[in-house]
Amino acid sequence: MVLDMAIQPEHELHTRRKGRNKAVGLILGGFVVIVFAVSIVKLSKPQNEDFRAPNFSPVVGASE
Amino acid sequence: MSDATFTETRQYEAQFSDYVELLKPRVMRLVVFTAAVGMFVAPVSVHPVVAFASILCIAIGAGASGALNMWWDRDIDAIMTRTQGRPIPSGRVQPGEALAIGLGLSGFSVMMLALFANPLAAAWLAFTIFFYVVIYSIGLKRLTPQNIVIGGAAGAFPPLLGWVVATGSMSVEPLLLVALILLWTPPHFWALALWRNDDYQAAGIPMLPVMRGERVTRRYIFGYTLLLIPVALAPSFTQIGGSLYLAVSVVLNAVLLLGAVKLLKRQEADRDADKFLAEKRFFGFTILYLFLHFVMLLVEATLRSFDLMVGTLPVWF
Repeated sequence: MVLDMAIQPEHELHTRRKGRNKAVGLILGGFVVIVFAVSIVKLSKPQNEDFRAPNFSPVVGASE
Repeated sequence: MSDATFTETRQYEAQFSDYVELLKPRVMRLVVFTAAVGMFVAPVSVHPVVAFASILCIAIGAGASGALNMWWDRDIDAIMTRTQGRPIPSGRVQPGEALAIGLGLSGFSVMMLALFANPLAAAWLAFTIFFYVVIYSIGLKRLTPQNIVIGGAAGAFPPLLGWVVATGSMSVEPLLLVALILLWTPPHFWALALWRNDDYQAAGIPMLPVMRGERVTRRYIFGYTLLLIPVALAPSFTQIGGSLYLAVSVVLNAVLLLGAVKLLKRQEADRDADKFLAEKRFFGFTILYLFLHFVMLLVEATLRSFDLMVGTLPVWF
């Protein structure tokens, strides 16, 4: 009986999981893009209460 | 042992599509649609990027509860022909994986919805997941023949979630949409259960036709249809409805009522003769019924945004 236990750089397991790993990579990339896009949208609205500085006070009479 | 024998004896490696299937993509589509309608008809506009991110969170939350449902129901899923091909009973995904994915995505979706939208929307999403998994799947599904009514409540929350994402508050309009889906679910699923009776019986799920018989189920379908009709018409008299919605809803409800009456009158000989054709048609129509109600709400919202309202109705609610 011959045991083929040599460590190969590209194991068969890697090939089998390639599709799965690519999909996970794409999802993570998409998640980063979404978080970035939502951050830009929220930060571009200075009146948004979520991102108002604790010491914020609106200037009386200031135009919108 | 050679490489060849090792390859033959190894277990199936789950593919990405198997994990996607675990999230019940068909249910997710319905959730996305109803949540989007709830958000779109709300009187507060949402930035498209925030709307997209929020609907994605709601869809992932729904998918996570689907994965947890599949994890819990893996024993009965293996018995019923309709569910035997699901990822866990077919051996493609391990139960532990489904549990981990379900719990992980539940927490993730709730947390991200709180950041993207508001804490109230996140709280409702958490409650929806809890309700579907713990109250319905683990608690009452196998205990009571009214399981569909309780399960329907979990499926009814998405329009409310969409509304709360937009407004940050509750109102009567989204609650009417919740009631619409809630009361629509029993006639829809009991019509299906009438011809899937053997499946549920084999799995020991106390569906109404299994526990109380076919005749009682037909009466319940008719009764819930009567309850559904006023609730489906009511949004016409809120700020999200209008005369177009009312006109379409009257026609849809008339057809639904005729279908329910037909089911009520049918005897065992009738359904044996046409192999549940009327029940299958009724089931198919209920899908169209719900879809068109939500489409009409979208139409009304679009017309309103362009000041093109056709006729005006009093706002009672």
